[in-house]
Amino acid sequence: MTFAGIAFWAFAISTVTFGLLVILARNPVHSVLCLITTFISVAGLFVLMGAEYLAFLLIIVYVGAVAVLFLFVVMMLDVDFAELKSGFAEYLPYGVIVGVVLLVNIGLVVAAWQLPTDPQLAQPYLTGAEMTANLEGPNNAEALGMVLYTDYIHYFQIAGMVLLVAMIGAIILTFRERKGIKKQNPGDQAARKREDAVEVVSVQTGKGI
Amino acid sequence: MIGLGHYLTVAAILFAIGACGIFINRKNVIIILMSIELMLLAVNINLVAFSQFLGDLVGQVFAFMVLTVAAAEAAIGLAILVTFFRNRGDIAVDDANLMKN
Repeated sequence: MTFAGIAFWAFAISTVTFGLLVILARNPVHSVLCLITTFISVAGLFVLMGAEYLAFLLIIVYVGAVAVLFLFVVMMLDVDFAELKSGFAEYLPYGVIVGVVLLVNIGLVVAAWQLPTDPQLAQPYLTGAEMTANLEGPNNAEALGMVLYTDYIHYFQIAGMVLLVAMIGAIILTFRERKGIKKQNPGDQAARKREDAVEVVSVQTGKGI
Repeated sequence: MIGLGHYLTVAAILFAIGACGIFINRKNVIIILMSIELMLLAVNINLVAFSQFLGDLVGQVFAFMVLTVAAAEAAIGLAILVTFFRNRGDIAVDDANLMKN
């Protein structure tokens, strides 16, 4: 077995194992850590497929931001997680039935497919190592950039808008105004007039104000 | 030789795990959000595998969009979760009926 084959099986087994642990772990913190490991394994699969850009995007954005956000929320919320786990045995059969039925359905559909044998369509499946060895062509990030910033520039900008709306939405949802906190009001400060603040008094000698 | 079918199988298994996770963790909304992330990740594996198999980069562009939407969804979902916890004091969603009546 080639190195790529061994790496594929290692990443595939780790993806499925840690994916299962995400939904089975008792402690949600362990779930999040398993989710991070699943993301890293899938990033490995992406590298094997030759999609390095998405692999590192997955590690930077998901492991670095989204999973840490999950970890943050899990640790911040003061919830009795043992109590939340109480209906687990009750729901387990339904969950397993749904999972198996879904898997069988996908299997039946995909098994009926005829993959294209036309040599034009069915290109030889290059592994990441083989693609890296092919130094003449543009690499994955370069090729992706060339289509993303030209043909798909509008989609790219819409993606930016989606992230902006998500950011504003998250801030507005979690924002709360707290009473009794001393803070500056820049509007008031800028609107202050000289007449409101300074009073000129002519004091008579010997009397004081 | 590792081919398209192998990657599709991993993706299908991961998708089924995600769907299963939604059902067996009905009370814990954090795990439900994580299960949705797993399902979107499985879809991404499919997109990248087909993109590579057909030699067409559009699949990876689409996977990029799915990643963006998934990140936005996680941020909004967790924000709603924090607000929900602040209002109710717990995150059990099986009896969430705040808006009933």
